Amino acid sequence: MDYKELNLIGSSSPHIRTKDGTAHIMAEVLIALVPALAFSVYNFGWYVLTVTLVSMAGCCVFEWLYRTLMKKNNTVGDCSAAVTGALIAFVCPPNIPLWMILIGDFFAIVIVKQLFGGIGKNFLNPALAARAFMLSWASAMSTWVVPGSKLPLLGTVDVVTSATPMSYLHANNLAGLTEVYDLQDMLIGFIGGSLGEVSALLLTIGGVWLIFRKIITWYIPVSYIGTVAVLTFLFPRGNDPMTWMLYNVLGGGLVLGAFFMATDYVTSPVSHKGQVIFGIGCGLITVFIRYFGSYSEGVCYAILVMNLTVWIIDKHTRPSRFGVVKAPKEPKEPKEKKEAGAK
Amino acid sequence: MAQSFFGGIHPNDKKAATNKKPIEKLPPPARVVIPMSMHIGAPCQPCVAVGDMVTVGQRVGEPVAFVSAPVHASVSGKVVAVEPRIHFSGVPVMSVVIENDFNNTICPDIHPPVEKPGEITPEQLVEIVKNAGIVGMGGATFPTHVKISSGLGKVDTVIINASECEPYITSDHRFLLEYPEEVIGGATILARAFGVDRVHIGVEANKQNAAELLRLKIEEAKAPVVVDVLHTRYPQGAEKQLCQSITGRQVPPGALPAAIGCAVFNTVTTAAIYRAVYTGMPVTHRVVTVSGSGVNEPKNLECPIGTPICELLDACGGVKKNTFKILMGGPMMGHSQYDMDAPIGKGTNAILAFCEDEERTVEHPACIRCGKCMSVCPMKLQPVFMYQYERAGMLQELEEAHVMDCMECGACTYICPGRLHLVQTFRAGKQKINNAKAAAKAAAEAAAKAAEAKKEA
Repeated sequence: MDYKELNLIGSSSPHIRTKDGTAHIMAEVLIALVPALAFSVYNFGWYVLTVTLVSMAGCCVFEWLYRTLMKKNNTVGDCSAAVTGALIAFVCPPNIPLWMILIGDFFAIVIVKQLFGGIGKNFLNPALAARAFMLSWASAMSTWVVPGSKLPLLGTVDVVTSATPMSYLHANNLAGLTEVYDLQDMLIGFIGGSLGEVSALLLTIGGVWLIFRKIITWYIPVSYIGTVAVLTFLFPRGNDPMTWMLYNVLGGGLVLGAFFMATDYVTSPVSHKGQVIFGIGCGLITVFIRYFGSYSEGVCYAILVMNLTVWIIDKHTRPSRFGVVKAPKEPKEPKEKKEAGAK
Repeated sequence: MAQSFFGGIHPNDKKAATNKKPIEKLPPPARVVIPMSMHIGAPCQPCVAVGDMVTVGQRVGEPVAFVSAPVHASVSGKVVAVEPRIHFSGVPVMSVVIENDFNNTICPDIHPPVEKPGEITPEQLVEIVKNAGIVGMGGATFPTHVKISSGLGKVDTVIINASECEPYITSDHRFLLEYPEEVIGGATILARAFGVDRVHIGVEANKQNAAELLRLKIEEAKAPVVVDVLHTRYPQGAEKQLCQSITGRQVPPGALPAAIGCAVFNTVTTAAIYRAVYTGMPVTHRVVTVSGSGVNEPKNLECPIGTPICELLDACGGVKKNTFKILMGGPMMGHSQYDMDAPIGKGTNAILAFCEDEERTVEHPACIRCGKCMSVCPMKLQPVFMYQYERAGMLQELEEAHVMDCMECGACTYICPGRLHLVQTFRAGKQKINNAKAAAKAAAEAAAKAAEAKKEA
């Protein structure tokens, strides 16, 4: 056989790669969001599906438009814009007007993501930054429809609004909250709140799926939720720390934030040690805002603030390289120095 | 199960194509091209001339330094050229070309080097290994006599590397199944030389049948050898990682396994030691796996060293028309070949041809900071940042991130969902750092010379 006829290419090793690319990861995240979305449709009506799909489409279109107009390569195919779109929908009230969510999409994709260089370069979580921006429409962003509303596919008319569990907690009204929603409602999600945040159970299932599929690690969700749980248990308002803690963990956007927002690769630390620090920081700020802030929900701002600290966490949590085993402690010498200093 | 090492990946091992196929002898090639450099260290000087008749096992290349290994004829016949020829490294290398007379005459000088092989001294072993031209035959090709002599007195753990963690390759696996006695015999010699009670053979769990056979043969021979079955995970067979898996010790940065009392020998190297000690036969042949999506009939072939790659491919029914890449070595660390006249070397364990895209390169790679590269890095480095430093030309930061510790195993590049060319970038970065250091050194020397000249004037 004449091998000269072959069209051989030369390249540097390695010569094989895993099948799982960025688009695969994003698709897994979308799959993990499906149970919570399905429940949301059941809880609030078909309109939430419209909102989610419009938001996903909006993000993809803005991404495509920006990349095309700027004569850059098209990155819609990596599905990250679709994930951002879904997450924006998840953190908005179920009866949000469509034009408003499109403005949020624009802000997330163009301002937060693309202006900083596109995928992997943004330093804030695009979905949460968009939510923070959309709070400019304070009343629309804090009108919560009652669970069991049957919002039609295309309309938001005549909604009955209610308070979210978080507003009860913020008012220190745990007794009032337990009357309206019991713990089972909180867990399964028969409560008022953002479109995708209500079902702690289904979000956890999605999150565990992501951990199981090795898309995310457990470090951030566990350290984040754990910190909130410990703090609210240790410093309860009222005389029932267990109930107070459970309502705090299951209510608001904590589970959504811990599994799907704080774990965003681009805006969280890369090392496992750093991820634990990041999670604890998110937990601390969340509880701080919930306890002392004028705003009843702390997850969004907690994660955004911690996003800004990622570079410094990364810098100080470098793993020790292979072969550098901690030297056995030198006895005495440092101790003497210390004593001398004390004298 | 033994202990484990940091990181690692689980690529599809693709060994099923050849792991049940017995080793076949390649039909003798009409001519062989024996390069003077098939090892780490100084190239040899040819010691035959055009027109000389040579026999199998006759020395054709003399080492000129300690870190080097002699080269022997692998067929009998006439030397038809002593000139630079294309080499698997991609550049021409001085080679001895022998036309096969198909008589397979064995060199008359070859005889068992010692009367009682069971009682040789370490010094005798070093000499025998050196004369037999034995080098690390797993691919690294470090001269084995140097490894033995530098490890004597320091080593308390001798490890035989039979993990063969790269996908596709089954040459060591088949060798273990067909010549277990030689491997165990070689291990016994090493145990004696280093004065250790037992030698560890590290076998990955995907070669269970080899591990069982070895255990049986060890039992029969009452050899001072134990089989450690290891996780099937790349790069289990990397020297430092294997030491970590078996002993739990970590080789310090920049050091060799001898620093933690370990010496690692490849399966085939061990068998080569056995052959050299018992028969005096130098390294003239080796087993090569020919596989990959582009090969029509994958095989394990035993061939004379110096056989051109094309002969092996021909013996496997040639390659498919749309083959676009041919590798020497495994898919994780092998080198692409473009000239099929390049010869098989002492460290060639596989020839792979690909016609399906498994590299999945994209036009615009993008890092999403997922950190997977960090979690798979067996050296516990941070490829995600090293990549950014290299791309930004921040050589000092790159060096401080310990890029020099990178052994280029490719695990980070394999796992990267953004399809970055990580290892490729680090290779370039290392080169730049070395160049910068060489330039700085040259400048300092020049300055010193100028200062001296000034003084004298």
